[in-house]
Amino acid sequence: MAEMTSVPQKGRAEAAAPESTRGGNYYTPQVDICETDRELILYADLPGVKPEDVDLRYERGELLLHGRVSRRPAAGSPFLLQEYGTGDFYRVFSIHESIDSSKISAECKNGVLTVHLPKMEALQPRQIQVRGT
Amino acid sequence: MRLSRWQPFGSLWNELQQLQREMNRVFERWGEDGGRLLGLTPSYPPLNVWEENENVFVEAELPGLNLNDLEIYVTGGNQLTIKGERKQPEVPKAVWHRQERGFGTFSRSLTLPFPVDPDKVDARFENGVLLIKLAKHESAKPRKISVKAE
Repeated sequence: MAEMTSVPQKGRAEAAAPESTRGGNYYTPQVDICETDRELILYADLPGVKPEDVDLRYERGELLLHGRVSRRPAAGSPFLLQEYGTGDFYRVFSIHESIDSSKISAECKNGVLTVHLPKMEALQPRQIQVRGT
Repeated sequence: MRLSRWQPFGSLWNELQQLQREMNRVFERWGEDGGRLLGLTPSYPPLNVWEENENVFVEAELPGLNLNDLEIYVTGGNQLTIKGERKQPEVPKAVWHRQERGFGTFSRSLTLPFPVDPDKVDARFENGVLLIKLAKHESAKPRKISVKAE
């Protein structure tokens, strides 16, 4: 029903990003998206991003997600082992479903962002009472 | 007299070195992805390890977990093991459109380059990033040797 597309799925090492003034790498966060009768729910893994550093906006049917990662103390010392890189997260989703943009809500806990995108009232299924006469 | 490097296999040697460089380039490129694109199973969770003075730091990205979901052991002086389970949120009557995040149990062991003190292990979890601080064992600390003049 709701077909959602996004930037092509890439490994974390691939940058998928707008031009930046801060430098450094951008990473594509891994997401899960599910749909219920009333809403779409998006879960995004944003390890190292504080709730106040998540920039989320919905514009013209697109949901833009930008998570800023504060530099970690590792910066100064050489790595004995480095299996992943760190940098900001960025991803855009186009949403072909009528979303009530005034009711979008999001919370971020333990590095996981959960976005609730409620559907327009008119599209939500309604239970119709059937009376016997 | 002209000096040249001893090349036992001549051009074959050069070609092997060329191949090695090519392979390194390929692996460097996909390295950060844990080799997933090459069809290899990456170790989970990926780790970053560094040392600072008398401590070793081990960091892992484990979004959605708490310290309570994890078991951290130090055995044999320098073996660090991180075990845990990541559970998928349950949404009743949901249709999943995209599932990129992984869930399930995991266990990762790492041999540290020097022995650590198992009583001085400190683990913190902030915004889905686990940071373990381990103090080097006395025997691994640098020792100043005094030089006496006669």
